[in-house]
Amino acid sequence: MPQDDIAGRTQALVVHGNEFGYDAFGMSRDSVRTAAAVARWLYRHYFRAEAHGIENIPTTGRLILVANHSGQLPFDGLVIGSACFLEPPQPRLVRAMVEFFVPTVPFASYLFSRWGQITGTPENCRRLLSAEEAVLVFPEGARGISKPFSRRYQLAEFGKGFMRLALETGSPIVPVAVIGAEEQAPAINVKPLARLLRTPSFPVVPYPPFIAPVPLPVKYRLYFGEPMRFTGDPDDDCDEQVKQVKNRIQSMIHMGLREREHVFW
Amino acid sequence: MSSGDRPRKVVITGISGRFGHIVARRLHHDEGWNIVGLDRRPMRGKPKDIEHHQVDLRSKKARDVFRAGDVDALVHLGVMHDPRARPAELYSWNIAGTTKLLEYCQAYKVPKVVLLSSSNVYGPRPDNPQFLTEEAPLLAAQRFPQMRDLVEIDHLVSTFLWRARDTETVILRPVHIVGPVHNAPSNYLRIERPPTLLGFDPMVQLVHVEDVADAIALALTPGRRGIYNIVGPGEVPLSAVLHELGREPRAIPHPVAKPILSFAFRLGISSFPVAELDFIRYVCMVDGRRAAAELGFRARFGLRETIHAVDDPL
Repeated sequence: MPQDDIAGRTQALVVHGNEFGYDAFGMSRDSVRTAAAVARWLYRHYFRAEAHGIENIPTTGRLILVANHSGQLPFDGLVIGSACFLEPPQPRLVRAMVEFFVPTVPFASYLFSRWGQITGTPENCRRLLSAEEAVLVFPEGARGISKPFSRRYQLAEFGKGFMRLALETGSPIVPVAVIGAEEQAPAINVKPLARLLRTPSFPVVPYPPFIAPVPLPVKYRLYFGEPMRFTGDPDDDCDEQVKQVKNRIQSMIHMGLREREHVFW
Repeated sequence: MSSGDRPRKVVITGISGRFGHIVARRLHHDEGWNIVGLDRRPMRGKPKDIEHHQVDLRSKKARDVFRAGDVDALVHLGVMHDPRARPAELYSWNIAGTTKLLEYCQAYKVPKVVLLSSSNVYGPRPDNPQFLTEEAPLLAAQRFPQMRDLVEIDHLVSTFLWRARDTETVILRPVHIVGPVHNAPSNYLRIERPPTLLGFDPMVQLVHVEDVADAIALALTPGRRGIYNIVGPGEVPLSAVLHELGREPRAIPHPVAKPILSFAFRLGISSFPVAELDFIRYVCMVDGRRAAAELGFRARFGLRETIHAVDDPL
């Protein structure tokens, strides 16, 4: 299938929709098609993304993608999602776990769910994995996305929920290193404003318009690692396994940083 | 439960409402139950073979209905949520009424109690998982004091479920019931130009009123006890429901929706309490797999039929 045949790729997605065309989480193929057209432009032309190791994404079956998170606004999620939609022979719809405050934001509240993104609760994740879907997790969470420029490419503390879910559902983990996003919005976090607006962070960038909704046109490089499989009791302390995934992503980041010659091209 | 030589007898509270009528008809015609109604309101259009007592649940006359000891089941639909009534009076009616009913059931050994609660007890919240199971905490009253009565009744009856081991207690928590009835979701969906919140379009679950009557009939089967979410044929965005019905929604930005709605409520133009806005803002959906597995419940009506049921003649 041609890589940029959005309509064809949307049609090829596996969607468990009802007679109105919505799946249980509110995703609709029509909305995905529109969003994919915009995402494709950002992916190809704005971020000029490169995806390495796309063959490591299984064509079917349950899957947890685990990536580093950065850049103040979740364009890294968008780029990973676009890569999984545009690059492999069989497109996959990646369902990212979004922050709890998103459902309180007008428009984002329902648009995210139309595009297949879901509120980040373990129950939701479990349900999607048992339906053999692909879930994207950023274990750094808000600590990652709002990290200041000085801490770029240093992984913040990982949450452990993804590992418990992987063990419980027997899902393989594909580690993803995202290079580029960490420079897209070199920001400092203004905590009092974040508290005032009740958002997880309020990043300020040192150039107009000083807020971060417009990322710099950095070049994105994605590295998909080989699937990692873990076994064990999900109720046990899984620090060791989490560390393995974290180390793998960290070393993939180092490799990616060595390979690139410039942030913007 | 059924002794075979006499028809089984069920007491239905709140029988005088439209929903009560539907349930009574269903149990009487299709399941052959003898129906005894308990309601403060008169029962209009009462069939001759239905016995009706126009009494307060807390009164001695209500107790007398159970005293003969021949009641085989209680179906409690009589949760009052008239938004115009005084909250204190509602509270005492609902909580004291339910406590009394459970007392009668224990004293006169009623073998089956079915409470019609609602999946609204979980509350619409931004951090809700897409599908809540029966174990989820009942948090509706946190943001929505008007739901307190329903949450407390649910708690009262679930305590009873564990305490009174000789009675099989079933709590049903159906999603928004729609059909030719007067409840908040059906009334809302009947508005020609319903208000919606700008930028919000939650997924909703609806269930046909006849399907809920089915669930009640299944709950009355001997051997069934427990707490069950009752879901309809599927989930759709609110906007798709309104579109299907041909309504023209008016989107209001949520910061001004509250003052507008509370003003309209005080003027008597609207009958929707302000807190109910959260139901058109956040998801409050439930997982119905337990009822499917243990009660054998499956909605008979499809999505389109269920949505259009609100326009059935009242």
